Amino acid sequence: MPGWTHESVNGLPMGRKRIFRQPFVVTGIAMVLALCLAAVVAPLFDSPTGQNLVHRLAAPGSENFLLGSDHFGRDILSRIIWGARVSLRVGIIASSISLIIGAILGTAAGYFGGKIDAIIMRFTDVMMGFPPLLFLIAIAATFEPGINTAMLAIGLVSWPSMARLTRAQVMTVMSREYIIAGTAMGYSHIRLMVNHVLPNCIAPLLVAFSLGISGAVMAEASLSFLGLGVQPPDASWGVMINEGKDFLRVAPWISIFPGVAIALTVLGFNLLGEGLRDVLDVKG
Amino acid sequence: MHLIIIKRLFHGIPVILGVITISFILMYVAPGDPVFALVGEYYDDATLENLRHQLGLDRSLIVQYSAYLKRITTGDLGISFVTGRPVWDDLAEKFPYTLQLALAAMIIAIVAGISLGIFSALKKNTVWDKLSILLSLTGVSAPVFWVALLLILWVGVNLQWLPPTGYGGLKFLVLPAIALGTRSMAMLTRLTRAFMLDTMNEDYITTARAKGVPERWIIFKHAFRNMAIPLITVIGLDFGSYVSGAVLTESVFGWPGIGRFALNAIMKRDFPAIQGSVLFMAVIFVLVNIMVDILYAWVDPRIRQRITDGT
Repeated sequence: MPGWTHESVNGLPMGRKRIFRQPFVVTGIAMVLALCLAAVVAPLFDSPTGQNLVHRLAAPGSENFLLGSDHFGRDILSRIIWGARVSLRVGIIASSISLIIGAILGTAAGYFGGKIDAIIMRFTDVMMGFPPLLFLIAIAATFEPGINTAMLAIGLVSWPSMARLTRAQVMTVMSREYIIAGTAMGYSHIRLMVNHVLPNCIAPLLVAFSLGISGAVMAEASLSFLGLGVQPPDASWGVMINEGKDFLRVAPWISIFPGVAIALTVLGFNLLGEGLRDVLDVKG
Repeated sequence: MHLIIIKRLFHGIPVILGVITISFILMYVAPGDPVFALVGEYYDDATLENLRHQLGLDRSLIVQYSAYLKRITTGDLGISFVTGRPVWDDLAEKFPYTLQLALAAMIIAIVAGISLGIFSALKKNTVWDKLSILLSLTGVSAPVFWVALLLILWVGVNLQWLPPTGYGGLKFLVLPAIALGTRSMAMLTRLTRAFMLDTMNEDYITTARAKGVPERWIIFKHAFRNMAIPLITVIGLDFGSYVSGAVLTESVFGWPGIGRFALNAIMKRDFPAIQGSVLFMAVIFVLVNIMVDILYAWVDPRIRQRITDGT
């Protein structure tokens, strides 16, 4: 990774030692690790779709149902743990889509400037002109609802802020001596961008990626709650809250616990992102 | 100031044109033939062809797009497949409800968020400070539809203090407004706390204290004034989202606003209503953002100067 050696302020090496001294980062890392662990151990738990009508609406703490059961007798804890897989998958893939599109367009805009910059940034402005949730719902509803559509829709809606961030970062890097030296040595645009410009923009993008995952988890839950994301009987926290709302008076736990899971996951990635922002000295 | 308003409105035109184009493309690429939504269960090929011709769907993409643009400039958003009324009429009827909810949510968020932020900063490192930090972290992380369901359960059903859902007098507005405003309130609490902690150590605050200015006066007259720009940013962005359709809150509380209307249109694949509402909400969103830009310039003379100079 040649670029990382140029500027350790924006790269990871300088921050690595400081990461574990930040209580926010440590809490965030612990919460994210717990989520990953839940996703990994999910197969050890009951199938999220298996029904057991004899034990329907069992209260939390009852035998075999630590967090209670739903109207089909499915264990809430198992479904929450299986739901962690969905959230993590959507969060990482959707945020990656947004990072890839945003980084490519933002780098091109910041690197080339001029007309290319103007065209890309006007397009970005247009995309940001849509209210995010509405745009997300419109895309998700236009195509077949499901986890893949949800991931794609979330990625397509959230790239503009990533592009703006990358562009701003690239513009600050472009005036550095090593870029001027690279240009003078006749490096190709692609080589300069990939090996020298982008690696020096990695820190703010890493922060945005982490915060993007929390946004994507929230967006997936919202879409699934509205019936436009993951489809029942699959376990997604948004689907679980939606299914539980009809039983709010008699079995509120069906909706309450998945909501806690969403809040903790979003909080975990937010803490991680904001902690990384402090550690890596990223402004804004 | 007039020049700034004109400049900002002018900048909004390409964005709105882009929004119109994307909402058109989105409907064009949507799988399924929209005429099936109109014909019902019994139809023949001739009826389908006839309808396609009537709606102009048999024409080329460019012709359809230019016809769409022409219709929009005359305020014609088409006829809803479901209600059978002009989409514009439906939206104009629903918008005041959304505006009412958005304003109430913002008022709650501003009053509660700023008060909690100031309180938290003044009680720095006490249990009250930690509680308010926890509250704001929860508010930012909790999904709005979940907060809405909790409010319905505890305040509406268990305590029976307020009606859980529906639309009526002021009491019906409280729960949806709290649910919708929670996130903004949490953001404002964090923002105000951080700002107060930074600002209260500034030299001009120490000078004011040394001159014997009362603490309340220092907070509101000296410290708080400088918070206008970040405050407008948070309030403006969130208000733009709320006023352009609080889809989740409106659907949970059965609030008759444009968010719920759009969601119903999406569920029933009512294409003119979807296209019309997406466009309407996006235009509102853009206009609110332009207003926020103008507010920046009004509040901060440096920004005013930059815009006037064109830099």
